[in-house]
Amino acid sequence: MSRTFLGMPGIASPGKSGQTFPGNAARAVQNSQLRFNLRKATRTIRARRASVVNELPDWAELRQAGKAIKDHTLRNLDTYLIQLEEAVTKAGGHVHWAADADEANRIVAGLVKATGETEVVKVKSMATQEIGLNEALLEEGITAYETDLAELIVQLGDDWPSHILVPAIHRNRSEIREIFADNMSGWGRPAPDDLTDDPAALAEAARLHLRERFLASKVAISGANFMIAETGTLVVLESEGNGRMCLTLPETLISVVGIEKLLPTWRDLEVFLQLLPRSSTGERMNPYTSMWTGATEGQDFHLVLLDNGRTGVLADEVGRQALRCIRCSACLNVCPVYERAGGHAYGSVYPGPIGAILTPLLRGMETELDRSLPYASSLCGACYEVCPVAIDIPSVLVELRARARHPWTERAGMAAAGWVFNRSGRLARLQRIGGQMRTMVPKRLPGPLSGWTDTRDLPRVPKESFRDWWNRTDGGSR
Amino acid sequence: MRVALFITCVNDTLFPGTGRAVVTLLRRLGVDVEFPEAQTCCGQMHVNTGYRDEGVRLARHFVDVFRDYDAVVVPSGSCAAMVREQYPRLAGSGAAGVVAGKAGGGGAGAGRASGFAAAAAETTPKVYDLSEFLIDVLGVTDVGAYFPHRVTYHPTCHSLRGLHLGDRPTRLLQQVRGLELVPLPGAEECCGFGGTFAVKNPDISAAMCADKVRNVLDTGAEVLCAADNSCLMHIGGTLHRQKTGIRVMHLAEILASTEHRQGGSR
Repeated sequence: MSRTFLGMPGIASPGKSGQTFPGNAARAVQNSQLRFNLRKATRTIRARRASVVNELPDWAELRQAGKAIKDHTLRNLDTYLIQLEEAVTKAGGHVHWAADADEANRIVAGLVKATGETEVVKVKSMATQEIGLNEALLEEGITAYETDLAELIVQLGDDWPSHILVPAIHRNRSEIREIFADNMSGWGRPAPDDLTDDPAALAEAARLHLRERFLASKVAISGANFMIAETGTLVVLESEGNGRMCLTLPETLISVVGIEKLLPTWRDLEVFLQLLPRSSTGERMNPYTSMWTGATEGQDFHLVLLDNGRTGVLADEVGRQALRCIRCSACLNVCPVYERAGGHAYGSVYPGPIGAILTPLLRGMETELDRSLPYASSLCGACYEVCPVAIDIPSVLVELRARARHPWTERAGMAAAGWVFNRSGRLARLQRIGGQMRTMVPKRLPGPLSGWTDTRDLPRVPKESFRDWWNRTDGGSR
Repeated sequence: MRVALFITCVNDTLFPGTGRAVVTLLRRLGVDVEFPEAQTCCGQMHVNTGYRDEGVRLARHFVDVFRDYDAVVVPSGSCAAMVREQYPRLAGSGAAGVVAGKAGGGGAGAGRASGFAAAAAETTPKVYDLSEFLIDVLGVTDVGAYFPHRVTYHPTCHSLRGLHLGDRPTRLLQQVRGLELVPLPGAEECCGFGGTFAVKNPDISAAMCADKVRNVLDTGAEVLCAADNSCLMHIGGTLHRQKTGIRVMHLAEILASTEHRQGGSR
């Protein structure tokens, strides 16, 4: 079976030996610009999310409802997918099924070629990033233009996204000015000569650049945040209006959507239109919410339903809850590890806590990088607390750790510790030896344990363990 | 009421002063606490590092040792959370059966596994973090302590988000005579310990601790207090390496302190 492809072939190539999360993260923590940007951005969104979530008295109930609806849908996914296909087809759309990234890319490339066009505009979409659609289209002579502002920055900078919602979170405005000034001309309307790093000026440059693109494009590619099985309606939430341009102007619209994005009924959407904006951007209401059902007048519509490992995750009793994810990225913004490592360290389009479970669930743990992802967490539990669909990320991490292959030195150490802890007498003897040798403990530990003593002093080993004190003094009474 | 102390392997081996403080404190409050000597480790390190079979063996041992007590007091938020949150999951996950099956040969597995599930269900609700035991079981917030120092409190992740201790520890600290409690900025953020995370991801762990240390320094406190010595070993080890002069103390050590006897000798 071919490994499920999850994007990002350039950075942190999963196949490249020696790539691990700790190694990638060790480089990232020393990048002061990255640390500053991430700290500022994640803390701003985190605070905004907290304030709009706390103002809802029924947030806990909404969260439970979101979880329940998603679980129900996943349990009956086969039924609802067929219902969706029928509804979309009835409304004049065409439905395609893609088992993996290659098949999805082939289908999309074929559909674009059939229109005779060589350029497409894109609405920001995780699914198309996951399958590396832009790169696959390029090989077929088709150029895909990203129209989300942050995706535009990433694309012009020949870079990779580092956040699900804010893909250019690792860039600051002077870097963005440079990227626009240097590279915009190669992709269309150039940036003005006197471009400054004023946010309004940068946005205006992007607006003018993109506006020409929107008006010239005949084909658009999108993902979707939700698909409604009963009506065949697709829903896209965005903040810039670029999505609406792409969804309405072109003559052909192709949407690539993961099969888990289903909701059974129109009414279910009500829950998620509250959960998602508050969790992701910290807004009470989403600025641009576009919904369409099948083909609309003057536009062909194709829906590519993407599996790419999802059926396998659905069969996983512990891991399947990850399919509830609505890609809000609240877990990224609250994660102390993500805040310091940044998104690229995860070597997948899905970074942060959700990426640390979703990536290994979707593509397995064959590489060193993927095996290190479930350990990219201190299990602090902040991700679970903020997740709007209550994905118990720490539990899934622990489950994946149990399935991972472990280094032999660690296995030996854990076996030894297990042997000692199996009998209290063994533990007591070891404690006495430690007490006798307490002055001989080195200040720096060897091997993997040096990770502790590189930055921290060890505690002083006491002369007497608690249990020996208890026995000697009869619980302190002598 | 038969009350047992689960000291935890870390406290037993490295921080016996915390254990002595718990005993002193509970005796002062009229609780005749027992120390079942067969106890070892709750299995948290093994389970959270991915060695579930060994962890389940230790969990099984834990419930064997403690199931007959009416209450088990644990001076560690993460160990208490391990028992209360993860044991029921381990018992239900099938891992318990796998271990028993390996040890006792196929057929005996199911019976032993369900035995563990029953024992775990019986034992885990009786496991209390120290502050829960004091406030929820004994009904005291003023434990008669005296500690005339400026103290800041780090709530630790598993106490906060696992056990949901809320303000129990700070309510106890507020009643300590002479103690000046100063709030810790960013208190709810992880310090970066995370068990073997501190060794497997040392750079991120250190980066997280750097922020925690800065917040601690900003309070101007002379003592950093928490209800978990493993987090304190990590933050304290960094404070010590950086010669900050701030000492760390377990909550029990402060609560055990009186005019006649000050805790916190490490």
